[in-house]
Amino acid sequence: MLKIENLKVRYGGIQAIRGISLEVPLGKIVTLIGANGAGKSSTLRSIAGLVKSKSGTISWKEKNITTMLPEEILAQGVALCPEGRRIFPQLTVLENLKLGAYIRSDKNAVEESIERAFKLFPRLKERSWQKGGTLSGGEQQMLALARALMSDPELLMMDEPSLGLAPLLVEEVFRVIREINKEGKTVLLVEQNAFGALQIADYAYVLEVGEITLEGKGEDLLRDERVISAYLGG
Amino acid sequence: MNSDMFIQHFFNALMLGSLYGLIAIGYTMVYGILRLINFAHGDIFMLGSYFVFFGVTAFHMPWWAAALFSIVATAATGIMVDRVAYRPLREAPRISALISAIGVSFFIENMCLVLFTGVPKPMPRLEALVQVLQFGNIRILPLTLIVPVVSFLLVAGLLWMLYRTKPGLAMRAISKDIETTRLMGVKVNRIIALTFAIGSALAAAAGIMWALRYPQINPFMGVMPGFKAFIAAVFGGIGSVQGAMIGGLILGFMEIMIVAFFPALSGYRDAFAFILLILILFVKPTGLMGEKLEDKI
Repeated sequence: MLKIENLKVRYGGIQAIRGISLEVPLGKIVTLIGANGAGKSSTLRSIAGLVKSKSGTISWKEKNITTMLPEEILAQGVALCPEGRRIFPQLTVLENLKLGAYIRSDKNAVEESIERAFKLFPRLKERSWQKGGTLSGGEQQMLALARALMSDPELLMMDEPSLGLAPLLVEEVFRVIREINKEGKTVLLVEQNAFGALQIADYAYVLEVGEITLEGKGEDLLRDERVISAYLGG
Repeated sequence: MNSDMFIQHFFNALMLGSLYGLIAIGYTMVYGILRLINFAHGDIFMLGSYFVFFGVTAFHMPWWAAALFSIVATAATGIMVDRVAYRPLREAPRISALISAIGVSFFIENMCLVLFTGVPKPMPRLEALVQVLQFGNIRILPLTLIVPVVSFLLVAGLLWMLYRTKPGLAMRAISKDIETTRLMGVKVNRIIALTFAIGSALAAAAGIMWALRYPQINPFMGVMPGFKAFIAAVFGGIGSVQGAMIGGLILGFMEIMIVAFFPALSGYRDAFAFILLILILFVKPTGLMGEKLEDKI
């Protein structure tokens, strides 16, 4: 289980997170929804070790990972698929995937993971020799997800995977997330698309200006008046 | 000028150009990864010459051992410079690291001036390499032929490393997006150290060959080759290894040929490189093979 207690983050002189606590049980999909600037990305970036000025505790499977470096956190089985896809445009699709498996030394296992990624995203197989920068937005998102899976993490954190995608592709992304979860991965999903996220989430937290204002089961929040009016365009 | 003369000049240019290219690669690799112009790189090259000199004269090493010693010691110096002068400034504005680089450059030069004095040291001759070969009317030193071959082998090895190995992959990734590379589990500082080591090792190789060809070494010998290699890196497109080598060759040819064809201009020999720099920055600031720069120093 990922457990966050009283996390506070300062970001460029601003208190981006004002002491939040949340839990992500193993095997579940937990989502963090909220408006732009609510602190969703900062939360994920803190867990992944990219943010230094933070207080509170982040623990993963009873182990304190608060002050660990990104590469150490990844080695613990916690991966982040960053906002804006951030694929390497000048590297080929295959190289992008191999980089995702950088911490693994077993070549055969990496080959297997690549095969699995190609099965999950057949488009990537067709394009494996193309440069990442030549892919469409949807394909880049698929590559970013596939790359994050290459380290074979237990917890996959995703920052706005549906951002900027056409509606059909958004559906596809949520379908893939559910599939990844079914394969046994724990998922912490940050989304602006509250509707899509709540539909697949076991549990959800609502973040507003750095504080958690509401939490509950995904399906319950979908029917919650406050959520409907604020995030579901009700 | 007759054709024999031209051929001699051609090989001299090839030699000088490949030395510029080797040094230029160090600039281009560090810039590619850190967006930092490592102004101390010319002085690293100079240290390479001194290390091989002391290896041969003070420690009485055989040539191959002295060369190896120089390459290792110079690479270690490169890593140390990064650790001491650049790494603490990783999060600072880029201009701070640039100023630090200029400081390191002056520091190394003046430290060598104090330790080794400004009197040029005569590099012992390696007889096998400086016995003139005669082909008809063409007279060439074996060294002149060996330098380009060694340089091209080194560059081929580097390209293999960059495109066929994991650290190479990490290097290419860092140059585009350091934070995401970190998310992939890459120990970024280690890859940066490796980059400095490789760049410095290539500079040492150039320094060794330079000292054999121009056997007077002094604490400021790295300044002018350093500037010219920097220009070569900009000309080739800073960030591109192939570009740096091509830029170095072009610069070497320009320098030798201008002096060969217009002996009256030989006093301006060093000025041409800088004129070239100004022209490139006007006409094509990204260089021959460079990618678009988002922000320049």
